[in-house]
Amino acid sequence: MNAHDTSGTEGDGSPVTVLRAPIVLEYEYSAGQSASRFLRAIAEGRLLGQRCPVDGRVYFPSRGSCPQHAVTFGDEVVELSDKGTIVTFSIVRVPSKNIPLELPYITVNVLLDGADTILMHVLDADLDDVHMGMRVQAVWKPREEWTTSTENILFFRPIDEPDADYDSYKEHI
Amino acid sequence: MGDERDMNTAERALTASHTLEYTYKRSLGPILSRFFTGLRDRKLFGIRRADGTVMVPPREYDPDTGQALDEMVELPGEGVVRSWSWVAQPRPQQPLDHPFAYALVQVDGSETPFLHVVDAGDEANMETGMRVRIRWAGETAGAITDFVFVPA
Repeated sequence: MNAHDTSGTEGDGSPVTVLRAPIVLEYEYSAGQSASRFLRAIAEGRLLGQRCPVDGRVYFPSRGSCPQHAVTFGDEVVELSDKGTIVTFSIVRVPSKNIPLELPYITVNVLLDGADTILMHVLDADLDDVHMGMRVQAVWKPREEWTTSTENILFFRPIDEPDADYDSYKEHI
Repeated sequence: MGDERDMNTAERALTASHTLEYTYKRSLGPILSRFFTGLRDRKLFGIRRADGTVMVPPREYDPDTGQALDEMVELPGEGVVRSWSWVAQPRPQQPLDHPFAYALVQVDGSETPFLHVVDAGDEANMETGMRVRIRWAGETAGAITDFVFVPA
């Protein structure tokens, strides 16, 4: 009965052999206070994290509460650099629906400077060059195209800085 | 660690529309194909079970014995409301855009209640035990929406 849009073959006399029963769920998604603040900041080119009041770890993106200590983060925010360090990476050679990138491409886990959680993104670099500890920076869309979306960052790109010490990111591998 | 600044948390939360869609399309198989082809041709078919009773909508196998079923039986398109629930505020994807009843209708000649729409106009017109009959759509497509029940 919920398959309101069922329809078979049109009336040409041939048997009806197929049932179309799409299920459509229409949501109005609310980002909540914390993610909204994060998104409004990224619309201005700023990257906000939040610090856990218990152990001082900085979570990025900012979120309402600490998943480890179950405490709320309150209003304090930490502005992070758009530079970071590659913790791990994968070279993707298999296409996925909804990912329009040309194969092969590189996905990276980036530890932004000042953050204690990793960000998954895409790296624009030679396959032979990418390595753990590599220093990278976000490449942003043109400023006039910024919206309240993480898509403001197009991808990351290597920068001319010495590799980060293994000890500085080893706990995030 | 970058600078820290006070933000106004009383700002309204951002929202975005999001549609999740499962575009299911299933093969009907021989029995349900005959049922839906029948609807397109404005006929209601049930299927005869091993014990001789008729079930509508039809199923491929007898629910008690698991025996494969094959004997389609055309039914008269009238029946009795065994129970019902009034839908006062239909949602966009429900079959009708005005209030209606979902009812278990026992079609004459069958033994099973058939869950379908009764377009009764008003809740006051609904009553358990009432007689209903099929009203076919102006154009049929071989779908369950090809008909509704209306008070007889």
